Amino acid sequence: MENEAKYPTEKLKCWNKAKEIRLKFYKDYAEAHDNGGLRWAGGAWTFDAIPAGLGDDVFPITSEPYGATIAFDKDLSMECMEAAEKEGYPRDLCSYMRNYWGSIIIDKYPFGYDEKGQFVPRFKGAKSLGFPKPDFIWQDHICCSHAKWYQVVSDLEGGIPMFTVDNAVGPSNELNDSKIKFVVEQLKDGITFLEKATGRDFDDELLYKAIKNHFISTSKWAEICALNKIIPAPLDEKSIYSLYVLGTLQKAGKQVADFYEKDLLPEVQDRVKRGIAAVPNEKFRVMSDTQPPWSFLSIFRYLEKFGCVSIGSLYTFGLIGQWEVKKDGTWGAKTIPDVEFSSRDQALYEYVKYELHKPEWQHFYSCHLKSDMMIRIAKEWKLQGVMLHYNRGCEGLTVGIAENRLALLDAGFPVMAFEGNNADEREFDEGRTKAKINAFMETLGAK
Amino acid sequence: MNLRKKVNLIKRKGGNNIELIEQFKDWEKNRHDYAKQWKEKSGGKVIGYFCTYVPEEILYAADVLPVRVLGSHEPQDVTEPHIFAMFCPFCRDCLAQGLKNRYKYLDGLMIAQSCLHIRQAYTSWIKHRPVEFEKFLCMPHKVQSPHSYEFLTEELRTFKKEVEDWTGKKITDNDLKKSIEVYNENRRLMKKLYELRKREKPPITGEEAMEIVIAMQMTDKAEHNKKLKELIKKLEKYTPDREVGSRLMILGSEDDDTVFMNMVEKCRATFVIDDHCTGSRYFWNETENGKDPLASIAARYIDRVPCPSKDWEERKRIPHILNLCKEWNVDGVIIMQQKFCDPHELEFVAIQKALKDAGIPTLFLEFDVTVPVGQFKIRVEAFLEMIGEEDLF
Repeated sequence: MENEAKYPTEKLKCWNKAKEIRLKFYKDYAEAHDNGGLRWAGGAWTFDAIPAGLGDDVFPITSEPYGATIAFDKDLSMECMEAAEKEGYPRDLCSYMRNYWGSIIIDKYPFGYDEKGQFVPRFKGAKSLGFPKPDFIWQDHICCSHAKWYQVVSDLEGGIPMFTVDNAVGPSNELNDSKIKFVVEQLKDGITFLEKATGRDFDDELLYKAIKNHFISTSKWAEICALNKIIPAPLDEKSIYSLYVLGTLQKAGKQVADFYEKDLLPEVQDRVKRGIAAVPNEKFRVMSDTQPPWSFLSIFRYLEKFGCVSIGSLYTFGLIGQWEVKKDGTWGAKTIPDVEFSSRDQALYEYVKYELHKPEWQHFYSCHLKSDMMIRIAKEWKLQGVMLHYNRGCEGLTVGIAENRLALLDAGFPVMAFEGNNADEREFDEGRTKAKINAFMETLGAK
Repeated sequence: MNLRKKVNLIKRKGGNNIELIEQFKDWEKNRHDYAKQWKEKSGGKVIGYFCTYVPEEILYAADVLPVRVLGSHEPQDVTEPHIFAMFCPFCRDCLAQGLKNRYKYLDGLMIAQSCLHIRQAYTSWIKHRPVEFEKFLCMPHKVQSPHSYEFLTEELRTFKKEVEDWTGKKITDNDLKKSIEVYNENRRLMKKLYELRKREKPPITGEEAMEIVIAMQMTDKAEHNKKLKELIKKLEKYTPDREVGSRLMILGSEDDDTVFMNMVEKCRATFVIDDHCTGSRYFWNETENGKDPLASIAARYIDRVPCPSKDWEERKRIPHILNLCKEWNVDGVIIMQQKFCDPHELEFVAIQKALKDAGIPTLFLEFDVTVPVGQFKIRVEAFLEMIGEEDLF
């Protein structure tokens, strides 16, 4: 074991604030109706700046983080999974989705109020609220499950107005006017749908603000991740999971944009300046891929015993973060468009043009595009190896993972593949995975 | 001799007029020989395609033969390093055909955007068995959007140009129109053939119909049309002497498993209709004769009976299925679910409910590339017994 501390370390100062933003997100959604507001449901990748145009009292719940939140509450997750299976849904489907459906079927929200009337997670003593039914569904579709997920949600809830945007228009290197316009026109139809479904008028000024927030959240998050190129890494992946998630909740929200820009980025820059490490005994650097098995994040702490830091992944960097190749050929945060919005059409065009470059959308067209990005990260973040989670719970992010493995090996990076499930703990073997880690660390030279 | 070969030898007993469809069967069984011979004879190029959303008309207009890549239904051990084991056995079986060099004669390979699993087979294939021409066609998912027509037309315009560059042949509107007509004729004939299955005594079995549709996806349509016309002419006057038994529909994931069809049809049952991408969904809709042939082709693929991966927000496939059940007088439905096939897994609960509400019994079976015939036979027999219960008592 590599226990000797080489670098100073300290906790993140903004850690609690990140947790507060996350908890408030679920509270705002649950309580929206109490204050005359609206609730909507959609994916973490959905164009969430659009519903923002309906008012400041319109609160989302995003599917994947919600499924992960349930996964973290193992007992509740088991109840949800079994309820979904009892309804006939196969257990090899997306495990986030099965948690989500189960939560509707058993009518349990993983949050509620404790004895003091505080809004807290169920596992901290709250009595579960019922699942707060959304007023409308605003989804995107690039993975086979996305739109279908919400067809079932609507079925289970007895019908919910639903609009889904097809954003699968091809890789960013083939982007053209026709592809951008296809998405833009759908968004315009979506705005008409939202006005009809809610009876509210759409406010373009609120839309413009939300798109700007979106640019900031996604660019600043990438800038934060880029700082992890430094040795020692200022952030480790287990912590990154708690930070990137804010972008998956409400990337077009001001609280998220402000947090990334004004709290987290300056603090990580300061850590770099002062040489503060996430893992004080950092000796080896690896990355992972796809969602982790959420009930077993302890495997990332286990790595630290060997002096190994997982610096992140294409998943945590590129799920929300937007990147570009800089003049020196390296990957850096995407430049925030220097543009003023003067019309809805123009704002939507800029929004779509920017968003279609999302790194985590590219492998849906070709796993080889993903391999190239992973090799880039392995090189620029100075890694010794890669841990690939063959994730049975998400076909969308595991598509091509075996080819990614071959490409990384060809590029000279040792790869440890482990099988598991992001949100169905029945499909993760912790002991076996740790045994694999032991062997992998040994091959990297750990003592 | 493996089990499949044994079953093939004995299964003829289940059919009734094999000699009429011998040609189609031969094309289906000897698909590679057919393509190689076609290439030699015509001097043209052959392209493999993975999904029925590929606009074959454009390729055919450029004198290219499109052949659908299907699996071999044999256990294989070559795809493990390339595709995660939780992906559907069909996509792995398809990739195995490429890795085993069974499609070495292909000049090109393409896919239209549909499900992720088959896309993975395509992306692995082009990397490890490169071809002269490769194409991922960005077929829109949201076919229910009015904007999808214009978008796909533009994508097809780009595709047409790429095919022209590849083949060196300029594709004129007239070429496209001729191609559309050949394809439409094929679709019309197939529908006519399926219409015959509405009869009290269908002149062909489900297994035979499957062989004809599969052959359709890997032969020159003009040639297929010729033989199909002859077959239909004969079948129009033909009444089989085999017992029809329960009238069944089969639906679900990709399915070209003739062994299973044969087994069921030897149990006092006949498949009279299907809803598969290897079956009726492949040919159900025609291309309208519009001003701009590319726009017409785009509209055909947008408006066709959808794959479940594109059937949202409204579920349009369910009323279609219920209508097929009614029109073909179906007694029961076998839902064939390819293991790990997410789009269909996301659909069958709703389909089962709709069929149940309509009073149509269903049997759900999960398939792999090899079928446990013995086990399935017991379940099928029990299902057929249940359907025929009223007759028994």
